[in-house]
Amino acid sequence: MSDASLQSPSAAPARKGSLHRQDERTRKRNAAEARFRGYGIAAIAVGVFFLVVLAFSIIRSGVPAFTHTVLDVEITLTQQQFDEAEAQLFKTKAYAGYFNATLTAELERRGISVPFDEAAIERLAGKVGGTLREFYRANPDQLGQPVTFELPASSRVDGYFNGRVSRDTLQESRFLMLADLDLVDALSEAGIIHGTFNWNFITGADSGVDNPGGAGIGASVVGSFFMMLVVLFLSLPIGVAASIYLEEFAPQNRFTDLIEVNISNLAAVPSIVFGILGLAVFIQFAHLPQSAPLVGGLVLTLMTLPTIIISTRASLKAVPPSIRDAALGVGASKMQAVFHHVLPLAMPGILTGTIIGLAQALGETAPLLLIGMVGFVARGYPDGFIAGFTEPNSAMPAQIYTWAARADASFYDKAWGGIIILLIFLLTMNIIAIILRRRFERRW
Amino acid sequence: MSYVKLTTSALAIAALSATAAAARDNVQVAGSSTVLPYASIVAEAFGENTDFPTPVVESGGSSAGLKRFCEGVGENTIDIANASRQIREKEIKACAENGVTDIVEVRIGYDGIVFASQQTGPAFNAFVPADIFNAIGAQVLVDGAIVENPHQTWADFNGDLPAVELAMFSPGTKHGTREVFEDKVLLEGCEATGAMEAMMASGMSEDDAEDASLDVRQDGKSVDIDGDYTETLARIDANPNGIGVFGLAFYENNQDKLKVATMSGIAPSTETIATGEYPVSRPLFFYVKKAHIGVIPGLKEFAMFFVSDELAGPTGPLANYGLVSDPELDQVQAIVANEKTLGEGM
Repeated sequence: MSDASLQSPSAAPARKGSLHRQDERTRKRNAAEARFRGYGIAAIAVGVFFLVVLAFSIIRSGVPAFTHTVLDVEITLTQQQFDEAEAQLFKTKAYAGYFNATLTAELERRGISVPFDEAAIERLAGKVGGTLREFYRANPDQLGQPVTFELPASSRVDGYFNGRVSRDTLQESRFLMLADLDLVDALSEAGIIHGTFNWNFITGADSGVDNPGGAGIGASVVGSFFMMLVVLFLSLPIGVAASIYLEEFAPQNRFTDLIEVNISNLAAVPSIVFGILGLAVFIQFAHLPQSAPLVGGLVLTLMTLPTIIISTRASLKAVPPSIRDAALGVGASKMQAVFHHVLPLAMPGILTGTIIGLAQALGETAPLLLIGMVGFVARGYPDGFIAGFTEPNSAMPAQIYTWAARADASFYDKAWGGIIILLIFLLTMNIIAIILRRRFERRW
Repeated sequence: MSYVKLTTSALAIAALSATAAAARDNVQVAGSSTVLPYASIVAEAFGENTDFPTPVVESGGSSAGLKRFCEGVGENTIDIANASRQIREKEIKACAENGVTDIVEVRIGYDGIVFASQQTGPAFNAFVPADIFNAIGAQVLVDGAIVENPHQTWADFNGDLPAVELAMFSPGTKHGTREVFEDKVLLEGCEATGAMEAMMASGMSEDDAEDASLDVRQDGKSVDIDGDYTETLARIDANPNGIGVFGLAFYENNQDKLKVATMSGIAPSTETIATGEYPVSRPLFFYVKKAHIGVIPGLKEFAMFFVSDELAGPTGPLANYGLVSDPELDQVQAIVANEKTLGEGM
């Protein structure tokens, strides 16, 4: 609209020219609007750009974690060899020795043209002893029979296959010599060594720093799952009860004001503070076990509670007073009005808030630092449901943090792979929250 | 609201009964981030080779680990503290106050401290401890007088070094590595440059002069890193002239990114450190709470396994990862076997 009419509504002077031709001020205002739209689009473009760069770099760095290089070897282990290995202190090293001997013999039989020695084989193979020992202890009937194993190659060979290690930049060391790469190429041609999908990364537990091939995120996913169970079953009832009371029943006085202010404050407290609190209260005072998902869950519950209370109160407030009035008007008690009418209508908002609170807790590392969940925690899967809460375990973000700090560059890939898995979980939770909101939300 | 109450109380009861039933069955370790890799290798092998559960090994630094170690005796305290330096008198006292009186000290081997720069950056091949002191000391000797450190490039005080801007990334005070860095590099450098003598000549007591020699300049040329070596690596990656302080094992695992500097003409390696030729090395330790032996299943077995010839010996996985194995390993094994505590003639 032109602003000429606003300026002088009564005595409109004769307009020079057409309404369709803009005067100076209108052009200025339109230009300002166009500029503002430009800024907005630029802001979104910058945001999208960073998102794309981030997603691209995460995927590019993380994908190598999902594949690994394996050696296919047929091994025949005799009862005598098994007994000899079991009699030693460092049993897995004996098993690794059998593997190296078998592979050496196999290469000699095939007449591989590249010169090699047993030390080179040792450099190529990853840590295989543990897998072999576990298999033969579980299947003693397989002793004396030929069994084909798919065993991990060393992290350097793995890096050669996915491009992290190249011939040009390789510094010869006791971990890998330049000549070893010729052997790898020859083995690759013979079909003994090849890349494959790394199931162990998704299902396995953490491994020692000299064994990146054995590292997996599965056990810490389970740890995170048990923590989230604790968070869900403690913070949802407590948070909802607290907010229903504060919103519907509590009198408005200084005391409830104080509580309200403090809940908002609590939401802004840095998460490391909850970690210190958890260490002091749950471990040192209450003597709960260290490194256990139970304690992690309790600490994260404290952190999630304010988020849930705030979102629950917001969605209770959003229910129009007419619903309450109608319920009270037909003779319902206050509690009946809340539980039969208000709460069901507020439920989608409460669930959304809870899921977002859980997603936040799932990605939290800082509070876990102090209660012993960050470090080398390689217990594998818990023995049962109760043990899942009390046995030492790690959590996904803690596991990623631990991997990122390790010397072997192969663990860096694993950290990125872990981030992909963590993001998949977070995205899934957020999508569930959005679906719930879309499906059940009522608008007035 | 009754169902809410019911679920909460049921959960609380379940949680309490679960914890009451679960006595700790795993060894709990915390401490030095330098010892952590070795401890995690042993912990994994221990879980694979015995019927005991895999121990939990946490990081956090030598001082933090020993502090937790000294918190008391009982299942909710750690059993073993890893340290990249020896336990201090003060810490032994703090331990004793909390009832931790019998401590078994176990030396697992030696670690070299190496100075390394970016693989593609300028080479640093003529280092002596005096150069490091000249580079980062707060007060240095220039033309016979003690002055605030004026040096801007390495060539300012040693013509054999490249004329690039000083940028030193050294371990922060919570690292055990810091102590060795101070003792073997800064203090010796201070003495070698003659700054120590000049300080004492200017009226300082010997102790004050020693303290002054450990002060580093605060103008951004020297940066303390409190995080892990990966953080130092990231800083070096971003700065072609930067020199970082690493453990030997970390450097060996990242040879494609790092170029090592020689110290007094000797390149660091397990051999030169074992013979003592390379000057900057330090012993690594772990401390076992004797009161927990026999209470926490697998504790003594874990300690014995750690120092066994198969693991900590010169051909074991720890040496392969970069630990310089202890030439007197048999004595260490005897200490663990007999549970000989500190003060019983160690």
